[in-house]
Amino acid sequence: MEIFKIKKDIPFMSYGRLTTAISLITFLLSVFFLAHRGLNLGVDFTGGTMMEVSYPQAADIGKIREAVDSVGLKDATVQNFGTSRDVLIRLPLKPELSISALSEQVLTALQKADPNVKMNRVESVGAQVGQELYENGALALLLVSIGIMAYLALRFEWRFAVAAVVANMHDVVIILGFFAFFQWEFNLTVLAAVLAVLGYSVNESVVVFDRVRENFRKMRKAGVQEVINNAITRTMSRTVITHFSTQLMVLSMLFFGGEVLHNFSLALTIGILFGIYSSVLVASPIAMYLGVSRENLMTGAEKKPAGAEAQP
Amino acid sequence: MNRYPLWKYILVLTTLVLGVVYSLPNLFGESPAVQVSTTKSSAKLDPALLGQVEDILKQEKISYEAVFLDTNGVKVRFENADTQINAKDVLQGKLGKDYVVALNLISRSPAWLRSIGALPMYLGLDLRGGVHFLLQVDMKAALDKAAERYVGDFRSALRKERVAYLGVSRDGQAVQVRFSSAAELEKAKKILNKEYPDLTFRNIDSGNDKLLIATLNLQAQKRIQEFALKQNIQTLHNRVNELGVAEPIIQQQGLDRIVIQLPGVQDTAKAKEILGRTATLEIRMVDEEKSDMTTLDKASKGQVPFGDEYYVERNGQPILVKKNVVLTGDYITDAGPGLDQQNGESVVHVTLDGRGARIFKQATKENVGKRMAILLIEKGQAEVITAPVIREEIGGGRVQISGMANVQEATDVSLLLRAGALAAPMDIIEERTVGPSMGEENIKRGWHSTLWGFAAIAVFMIIYYMLFGSVSVLALGVNLLLLTAVLSLLQATLTLPGLAAIALTLGMAIDANVLINERIREELRNGNTPQAAIHAGYDRAFDTILDSNVTTMIAGLALFMFGSGPVKGFAVVHVLGILTSMFSAVVVSRALVNLIYGYRRKISKLSIG
Repeated sequence: MEIFKIKKDIPFMSYGRLTTAISLITFLLSVFFLAHRGLNLGVDFTGGTMMEVSYPQAADIGKIREAVDSVGLKDATVQNFGTSRDVLIRLPLKPELSISALSEQVLTALQKADPNVKMNRVESVGAQVGQELYENGALALLLVSIGIMAYLALRFEWRFAVAAVVANMHDVVIILGFFAFFQWEFNLTVLAAVLAVLGYSVNESVVVFDRVRENFRKMRKAGVQEVINNAITRTMSRTVITHFSTQLMVLSMLFFGGEVLHNFSLALTIGILFGIYSSVLVASPIAMYLGVSRENLMTGAEKKPAGAEAQP
Repeated sequence: MNRYPLWKYILVLTTLVLGVVYSLPNLFGESPAVQVSTTKSSAKLDPALLGQVEDILKQEKISYEAVFLDTNGVKVRFENADTQINAKDVLQGKLGKDYVVALNLISRSPAWLRSIGALPMYLGLDLRGGVHFLLQVDMKAALDKAAERYVGDFRSALRKERVAYLGVSRDGQAVQVRFSSAAELEKAKKILNKEYPDLTFRNIDSGNDKLLIATLNLQAQKRIQEFALKQNIQTLHNRVNELGVAEPIIQQQGLDRIVIQLPGVQDTAKAKEILGRTATLEIRMVDEEKSDMTTLDKASKGQVPFGDEYYVERNGQPILVKKNVVLTGDYITDAGPGLDQQNGESVVHVTLDGRGARIFKQATKENVGKRMAILLIEKGQAEVITAPVIREEIGGGRVQISGMANVQEATDVSLLLRAGALAAPMDIIEERTVGPSMGEENIKRGWHSTLWGFAAIAVFMIIYYMLFGSVSVLALGVNLLLLTAVLSLLQATLTLPGLAAIALTLGMAIDANVLINERIREELRNGNTPQAAIHAGYDRAFDTILDSNVTTMIAGLALFMFGSGPVKGFAVVHVLGILTSMFSAVVVSRALVNLIYGYRRKISKLSIG
């Protein structure tokens, strides 16, 4: 079976202005929602307590709220998730009460209201720890970007490195934009997904760039635009099939992974979809605008012998 | 050209065999078990203990599946949880308080697998249930405490050398000594300087008084903090032993934090109570000279004489206790409940170590006829347990503390004393608890995600690439096998995000095979012969595969370095998965293709869809 039987190269680069405009708009929208609504940060980052409890029968949210209120926590949110028997309780930080004492008090209150309550999961994070996790997350994001850029600059050329990282940041910002728009909870697991997307999406750019370099070597007479068009067209089949396969796995996680992996898979899904788009239609035009040419790539390639020749 | 040298086939085969062997333990599942370990260095974990455990079980006619000794202690595996709990009670009763008998789960894998180090994957708390605490050690308090100790030391040192001083007090983390003359100050400075190299001294003139300020130098501060952390970890170890947890993790994190993971612990309230106890014992002298009614009355209203602290005894008697500490709980080696032989009251027997015994002997010798207060300090609250009159000099380091309300209290106090003191107070700053059924549920979710995703990819790949698709799927299967084997071998902690990483890595690893297959198709389209197409396809794709895996690896490593908790668990598996996928997608799939096509003289068509 073969889906992509494309005889002629698709002139992707001549749509450059349109695709860049689309990217810019989605990007700006994401930034707007991020600035306007902000991320719905989970307890991992804000500090606070999250409790997951279940009942043998359908949970009485009103009664649970009363029990939580009795501890003196007015800002707590109580909601169902998954089934009607499972309840998620979120408690804000209380400066005068230690986090361990807080969850214990709430649990005691819940047990008093209904002795059948079962505690499935408690996550309490102090304000300081939350702040640190937040900072470390941002630092990881920065370091990944720098690391990838350095590697690509070494292996290809700085123009490609910049283009790939811009395309990737575009993906990351759009994922965050979605999370801000829908106010999905952003926690450490989602952060892991975002960072995984960063590594995954750069793959796309690398595959295309690899082809561009090869084409520069093979298509001696072609112009830059033609070379890039050909590279994208030739790798498109692989791009779509790989992404489809990865997406199959992610969908499986979305369906079977339960609450903890739900937002994780959502972030990956958005990342994969925009990853296809950005690697093809964002990274390459940027590389072109930055002025990649046969000359500056060839010198880069000659410093390091190409793998095809190095292999036996 | 599409033939591997023999060693490459052997390499692939050996890797596969190792992969199967080290993945095997995961298939056997786990059985309820108990683990016997010791709380004391005197009680050894040796074959004798193994024999003792076996004898007890045989005597009590408790049937067990297996019993063996490893570095953690004697482990006994049972058929079901009922026998396990019964056995735990019996063993604890017979072995006594020097041994900890904890409930545990042990792999059912056969002994030969264990002997070659093949263990099932080490499951994180979110997959097996349990509690995770992150504790922050209050280092300022540790330094305050150290300074407080110098106050007493200075007094005795200056007294011994007959230096006239006006007073010694603690000011934050500095110790202040007041003198009336500069000459005495210099004399004291010389003496103290020689005796306490950890301190930096400087002079200040304040009005009439000459002040000598001693502060800890940076190295000493660092040493005290390190020591405080170590001592706290040791104390926590002892306390966790009281809880009877099978495989607790108590580790330093950063400079001033401690991570505690207690797998299988459900009663978090109890765990927190025992961990959070900060009880320590202090023995101080009662200020007899100021114990008249008027001073006591004033003290109760807040006008406490300088150098003293005001307490109310259990029987309601007010009492003034000197701030100077004679002896702390650090010198206690053992404590146990008992009964006073004369009046039958509940008491606590305390044994002191050599140095503690000497100090105690000296103190009792100097203060015969005076009262000595024994204070229990718990959660920052000090309480005078008892304040007996010293009738005679007490040597030998055996002390009996009376004043216990009942046997239960005597037991509690001795437990606290035995568990040792914390060098500095701690706060729980992060807590994560996962119930046991939740853990099982999470494992199920993780595996279902992986298996269904894998199945979907397999179906798609086989339809799309036919035989080459099947080879890709086999390579992907090998990847899963190797990843499982590596995770089991390294005993890296597997968490739910780790399971997600397995799934995601598989979903991403297929990329390499897609690249290869697409390349082969392209080479075929360009008019190459099948053999040449296979060769060129693998070779050309390898460059791209390497590049894309290195970038993914960079992301994975950064995640590992800066991630915490779930992110780290994800990163470990992700990075390992990239490594195994490089091998399986390139080497293993090539070996398969070579075996299928490499030895045919003439191929009319490749089955690549």
